[in-house]
Amino acid sequence: MLLVENLQKSFDGFMAVSDARLEVEKGEVIAVIGPNGAGKTTLFNLITGQLKADGGKILFKGENIAGLSPYLICRKGIGRSFQVVNIFSRLTVFENVRVAVMSCNKRTFSLFSKAKETSVYETGEILKSLGLTEKADRISGSLSHGDQKVLEMAIALGNRPELLILDEPTAGMSPEETRDTLELMKLLSRERGITILFCEHDMELVFSIANRIMVMQHGRTIIQGEPDVVRNDTRVQEAYLGEADEGS
Amino acid sequence: MLLLLAPRFLPRFQVYLTGLILTTGLLAVSLNLVLGLGGMYQFHHAVFYGIGAYTVALVITKTVLSPWIGFLLAPVVSALFSLVIGLICVRLSKLYFGMLQISLGSLVWAVVFRWYSFTGGDDGIHGISVPDIISSTDGAYYFSLILTSICLIVMQRIVNSPFGRSFQAVRDNPVRSEAVGINVKRVQLTGMVISGAFAGIAGSMFVVIEGSVFPELMFWTLSLEIIIMCLLGGWFTFLGPMLGAAIIVLLRTVVGIYTEYWTMVLGFVLMLLILFLPQGVLGYFLESCKRGGGKAVREEK
Repeated sequence: MLLVENLQKSFDGFMAVSDARLEVEKGEVIAVIGPNGAGKTTLFNLITGQLKADGGKILFKGENIAGLSPYLICRKGIGRSFQVVNIFSRLTVFENVRVAVMSCNKRTFSLFSKAKETSVYETGEILKSLGLTEKADRISGSLSHGDQKVLEMAIALGNRPELLILDEPTAGMSPEETRDTLELMKLLSRERGITILFCEHDMELVFSIANRIMVMQHGRTIIQGEPDVVRNDTRVQEAYLGEADEGS
Repeated sequence: MLLLLAPRFLPRFQVYLTGLILTTGLLAVSLNLVLGLGGMYQFHHAVFYGIGAYTVALVITKTVLSPWIGFLLAPVVSALFSLVIGLICVRLSKLYFGMLQISLGSLVWAVVFRWYSFTGGDDGIHGISVPDIISSTDGAYYFSLILTSICLIVMQRIVNSPFGRSFQAVRDNPVRSEAVGINVKRVQLTGMVISGAFAGIAGSMFVVIEGSVFPELMFWTLSLEIIIMCLLGGWFTFLGPMLGAAIIVLLRTVVGIYTEYWTMVLGFVLMLLILFLPQGVLGYFLESCKRGGGKAVREEK
């Protein structure tokens, strides 16, 4: 479904991503892991168009999407959430999700119909499935951090994505919230058949849900494989242990 | 209701003044579509107002067409100018957008100011004969009242449409808007064109009320004045700019009788505003109503 080859991106001479490779099959749950600064978020920003790659290929359903604007990539069926909460903080929770649903339904340029009557059912369903119904009328900026992260996902789901990219979905969450999010990801994958690509520092979560894991270090893909293969790979152990040594 | 009956009991000058307030108010509300709703720094909105006014004036004085065609053309021509200026500016963001718009707008002003044979140059065009039915003070008043009401209803509708919501989303977070599939630049351009069209309508109303046009209508100081109206009235409210326009027009008229330095008073009012009512006048009242309402609910519990 998604194929990333030899992707490169540098910022002022610093190679944030120098050789990223990634392969995602339909229906899979793929995790990207790696030490801080390995280039995971940059990789995601390249895939969804927030950043433009210097070189390499990004194929989505066989079509090269590298260099397209984010809104076009989104319309092709890739939805994403952000690592740092990135919501419409002055709008209500409901409006946050509705904006995405309206955009997906091509209603963004309807001038004279009533927004109040637009996409209500779909938006409600999404909020219900994520447990945000009771907070629908709250101004989203006033939510707790955990709820804002959930809202992040709700907005991403508003676009009915085939591929959902989650950038550290549980960062800053409490253990209960993390567990709920994990359940939610399983549900999305199993019942709605959404392909999920995510990155995460919580190894327990990663190994409990991912079909395959891709490991990055210094902007390079070290390996992509089944959890057991990755766990026993010497290069991966070195990457993490080496990092730990430097840290101590 | 009160506004409908105004000509019955108000003296002629005050009827004229109310008409002028409606016109300026409509202009301010149209600016607020992009400024408050869309969060775009539309620094030279007066250009589209002036173009609307000149369109009507030129159709009446230079062509044999019916004056009504001029009124129909005013929003169209303003929207076209909006589209062209917008296409150039919209690729820039925030302040750069505003600065480029000022320079392009000033270019339009300079052409109008200099082109004596067509626009009358710095003299403008005077003694424009509008159709009989709207040429009297009362007629002009009702014309502007009806037109303003229609425009306000339509604009309110647009604010509450899916487009309006998306425009707000773009204001709050353009990056995220793009990530949910919204073509941000196109939304902003559409907003500018709509807002420009309404400014053009306001411009055509000005011709009816004053019977003349002059280049000052599209000078950048007027643009600044409308921005102040939006801030003064409350730019996060729909009707706030209308109130701001009323305050400024009245202030200019009343204080202008006593001193020509009315802008000094304006400066003082602005200072008080920034210090005490950062939400604007209407914004402040709505806020305190909400707070008062919230308190009442809490007490009931």
